[in-house]
Amino acid sequence: MAMLFYAIQRIALFVATLLFASLIVFAVMNILPGNAAETMLGPTATPEAVAALSHKLGLDSPAPIRYAHWIGGALHGDLGLSYAYGSPIGPLIASSLAVSGPLALMAMALATFVALTAGVYAADRRGRAGDAVVMGLSQIGIAVPNFWLAILLVLIFAVSLRVVPAGGFPGWREPARAVGALILPAIALGAAQAAVLTRVTRSALIEALNEDFMRTARAKGVPRRAALWRHALPNAMTPILTIMGLQFANLIAGAIVVENVFVLPGLGRLMLQSISNRDTLVVENGVMLLAVIVIGLNSIVDIACAAIDPRLRAPAA
Amino acid sequence: MNLAARFRRRGGASLWFGAALVAALIAAAALSLIWTPYPPAAIDVPHKLAPPSWAHWFGTDSLGRDVASQALAGSRISILVGVIAVGIGLVFGVVLGLMAAFARGLIEDAIMKLSDFVFAFPALLSAIMLTSTYGPGVVNAIIAIGVYNVPIIAKLTRATANGVLAREYALAARAAGRGPIAIAFDHVLPNIAPALIVQATIQFAIAILAEAALSYLGLGAQPPQASWGKMLADAQNVLYSAPWLALYPGVAIALSVLGLNLLGDGLRDALDPGLKARS
Repeated sequence: MAMLFYAIQRIALFVATLLFASLIVFAVMNILPGNAAETMLGPTATPEAVAALSHKLGLDSPAPIRYAHWIGGALHGDLGLSYAYGSPIGPLIASSLAVSGPLALMAMALATFVALTAGVYAADRRGRAGDAVVMGLSQIGIAVPNFWLAILLVLIFAVSLRVVPAGGFPGWREPARAVGALILPAIALGAAQAAVLTRVTRSALIEALNEDFMRTARAKGVPRRAALWRHALPNAMTPILTIMGLQFANLIAGAIVVENVFVLPGLGRLMLQSISNRDTLVVENGVMLLAVIVIGLNSIVDIACAAIDPRLRAPAA
Repeated sequence: MNLAARFRRRGGASLWFGAALVAALIAAAALSLIWTPYPPAAIDVPHKLAPPSWAHWFGTDSLGRDVASQALAGSRISILVGVIAVGIGLVFGVVLGLMAAFARGLIEDAIMKLSDFVFAFPALLSAIMLTSTYGPGVVNAIIAIGVYNVPIIAKLTRATANGVLAREYALAARAAGRGPIAIAFDHVLPNIAPALIVQATIQFAIAILAEAALSYLGLGAQPPQASWGKMLADAQNVLYSAPWLALYPGVAIALSVLGLNLLGDGLRDALDPGLKARS
């Protein structure tokens, strides 16, 4: 019952946060010095052309009406028209998500796998050489910018070894090649996440290892390694999940950069091209969508943490 | 208290290694102000894509510009963005965090909810929003990264300030009738400064990474301003003919970030051992 109440509370907060986010995005992108139509057409445009485009884009109506129109349309799946592509924005973003979504998931899966393995290994060998090596590697992993790692991977695997193409995406009609095209980007994107999560996993585990229940488990005769995975790790999961949720925003930001290194037709590349095309509406919707994903994921993480750890459901917490 | 002794005892290797790397970064920026082997933006097309040599230590890029000079000058923009963006974060973050800690109740709730909210907009996303409406440039990059720093500092300030305000000396100051601003300056800030310094160092590293990414995408520093991110973007275009160009700026970014992070870790151990257990 408490869990259900907590979940409803979290969802209400999620909706309120989204509304607030949409207001911020709209405000930042619409309080322009001048008019978006002017920016799009450039300095040589005639006033008539600007007025015509303003009318076509609905820019001549007052801001509250434009905001309501934007949100109302978005709720019906109508995101408006892209100025540069002349086509509806919804399908444009949907097709870019077919690249960005799997990329982000692959990177996250990779990061989680590496982080849990390396984090458990380091916590188990705390203070010894293996721990120091893992911690040293994680420092390097955090320091190396994802787009530089991406360029280095291209240099090694595409330029020198010629085992993969340097970039581009063949489309999901060829699933094997499509997954192949996402492997290097996922590694470049996931490496820093893996490094951060390894450190979090290690310190959360070390804290759990000092708890009484670990001594009880060991006293009952549970082998060390088994106690680590079965008792310590589940108890360390709350901080790990929380950081994973917070890191996801950085993962998405990283995807924008990495997609551009590998020329992947994802959401990041769509947004960057829209910036150079001065296609403000596409950027606005792209930014909003990413905010929805990040805020949504963090709400899910909060609910998941409360499901794992009943103490978090208490209103005081 | 003997600070030097504390540093020697607790800081360890990461403090000194980190400090050395950060000192090298600052020295490179300082040196580039008075001397670079060539003017960083000087174009010399006949000598383009020259491999590293005595004349050009790191070689030349696709326009014949000296890469070593550009790498030196690029450190300036990293430091500039880092200092201002972290400064924005510290000023607004500390004020908001102290307000939350002193006011409690609704104001505290509102500030903390707002901080959570800003996390949904990483620096890169804010910068994309800003540049798509106001055009690319260093100023927008600094604003975006600075805004991203505010909630991180605000949360840390509130959490550590709450700890201080619960102590007897803070309660005594309150009982003696001292106002919140006096208590903030006399008791809270001196006690939370170590934690803030540590976090600021780490945020500095994140700012350098974010600036490099933005400049790589063409949203940050604009030519002829030298920047490591921009250099990597240029290097990628000639990856097949001059692969070495992709090494120097990347190494420079990675060493700067590594240095700041190690310095942060070392300072944490040296200044605030309590934080070590919590992190």
